[in-house]
Amino acid sequence: MGNTPRATRRYSARSPLVGYLLRRLGTSVLLLFGVTIVTFALANLVPGDPIAAALGEGAASNPATVEAYIKERGLDQPLPVQYVNYISGLFQGDMGISLRTAQPVASDLSKAVPATVEIALLAIVVSLGVGVALGSLAAYRRGKISDQLVRVFSLIGLSIPTFWMALVSFNFFFLQLRIAPGSGRLSPALAPPPTVTGFYTVDALLAGQWVTFTDALAHLMLPVFVLSLFTIGLLTRFVRTSVLEVLDADYVRAGRAKGLSGPRLLFGYVLRGASLPILTIVGLAFGTLLSGTVLVEAVFAWPGLGSYAYNSATSLDLPGVMGVGLVVGVVYLTINFAVDLLYGVLDPRVRLA
Amino acid sequence: MRKRWLKIPAAWITPLGVIGAVIAVAWVGIAFTARLWVPFDPLAQDLPRLQAPGIDTLMGTDALGRDIFSRLMTGAGVTIPLALMLVVMSLLVGTLIGAIAGYFGKWVDELLMRLTDLVMAFPTVILAMVVAAALGPSLFNAVIAAFVVSWPQYARMTRSIVLGLRTQNYVMAGRLMGFSPFKTLRVDIAPNVVGPILVLASLDVGTAILLLSGLSFLGLGAQPPTPEWGSMISAAIQNFDSWWIGLFPGLAILTVVMAFNFVGDSLRDIFDPTSQVSRAGARS
Repeated sequence: MGNTPRATRRYSARSPLVGYLLRRLGTSVLLLFGVTIVTFALANLVPGDPIAAALGEGAASNPATVEAYIKERGLDQPLPVQYVNYISGLFQGDMGISLRTAQPVASDLSKAVPATVEIALLAIVVSLGVGVALGSLAAYRRGKISDQLVRVFSLIGLSIPTFWMALVSFNFFFLQLRIAPGSGRLSPALAPPPTVTGFYTVDALLAGQWVTFTDALAHLMLPVFVLSLFTIGLLTRFVRTSVLEVLDADYVRAGRAKGLSGPRLLFGYVLRGASLPILTIVGLAFGTLLSGTVLVEAVFAWPGLGSYAYNSATSLDLPGVMGVGLVVGVVYLTINFAVDLLYGVLDPRVRLA
Repeated sequence: MRKRWLKIPAAWITPLGVIGAVIAVAWVGIAFTARLWVPFDPLAQDLPRLQAPGIDTLMGTDALGRDIFSRLMTGAGVTIPLALMLVVMSLLVGTLIGAIAGYFGKWVDELLMRLTDLVMAFPTVILAMVVAAALGPSLFNAVIAAFVVSWPQYARMTRSIVLGLRTQNYVMAGRLMGFSPFKTLRVDIAPNVVGPILVLASLDVGTAILLLSGLSFLGLGAQPPTPEWGSMISAAIQNFDSWWIGLFPGLAILTVVMAFNFVGDSLRDIFDPTSQVSRAGARS
């Protein structure tokens, strides 16, 4: 290495990160194709009769109609050709027609995505805040009564069926106590704010509609609370473990020896060291949140991906279900890719390994 | 050697583990005997409809005039055995695939691990929902769908353990003595896999119950009139005012899942005191 020209050396000092990012991007793109193969295979290859489902019992009993449908959709062509058609359709935003709404799945979903992302983002922020607080507390008081309590609490959080919790809390806080607003994203009297981001809270703020903002926020509270219980349990446990691992580290002891304590030690030293494993688990937590919305949104009549999935599943609308699977798969992959990116940027060991 | 297994070391007895074990055993007992002692036929629709909990009907009746207590108890016999079966199935298939991938390496490993990547590229409930919807709604298909999403974690964990052990001297010694690959896996490697996999499996029972009841809640699992907890909760959406319809089945799910999680978490402390950061322990 001694006689390598200077320019090459500079390049090689930077390349590990670039190489790492490219490798990650490569895997993500491959997985993306994998995801489309899965949805394609499930939509086309499984037993059951997608044609009868798409046409309805009556039309499916007419051979001419069935043949026309097969021709039109290209179902008489070899599978690889069908797959290529499917992919090129996807690139043009064609995810099929929903059997339930009779609208293109893609346009249905594009309306639903912002509503779900708004819930998921808020839930992740809440879970991170509570999870980091509880997890650090448990680690600081390892073995004490508060540690045990946090452990039981987080295990219970992981055991709650979210769809049930949604039902019970809606019943209790809205129907009985009347302190929570009803279902949906806004009270019926209010008009949605002009669309900029699709998040009602942000859009209302941008438009300066204070009443709409507080109303939208109030409608978010209960779904976010229900969704967060599981992820709070998840994050608390991981934060506790990660904090325990760095609590005995030399640099934390050095910080203590310098006379640091309280928040400065916790945020400046402990959590900074523990942030990487926590970051990893945030990606996973996002997956559980997306899963959770499917089971929770329907109860709150929240017009997002989850309700769409619920309604498609209960009415056996296969194109709708596949669309949700595809979109969620892509969103989840993107988030994990972003987490990996951050990871590589934050931790030199990852990109050098 | 055999006798040692019967004695439970004192360190295993933790309050959390004991509470969990007692509740779990009680529910399993209910699951297998409920049909013999429930006060009403869980399918009979001959009681007054939407009756609030009282002395006759402990947990009230549903919109069709069926006794919720009887349905709840027999419902344990639907969900719990299926969840246990599902976990055993995923465990067997997952560990086998993981062991093969880890031991043989090269393209076998590459192929099998990309397969697990593919499954794990989806959040679990979403993929299970998609698979169950494609197969058609039935309890059997829901179990298949749940199986599709739950074997990879066992494969991943087994593979990583096998990979770490493969080049250990004592394993090499066995191979030099002429052990076949499967004898090596069974004699030298399997004992190291059992502990972590058992921990994973006990935590997974809870996940399996949540997943199966969730699919039934979506209408993709148990079909009426099967007394399944998830579908009982989904029936409550149509009757918001009758709080008892949904409340009790949910409490049933909560207590069973909690019990298995308590047991699993206590087992983890025993088998795996150092690393509690396993990704597999916390799943969506």
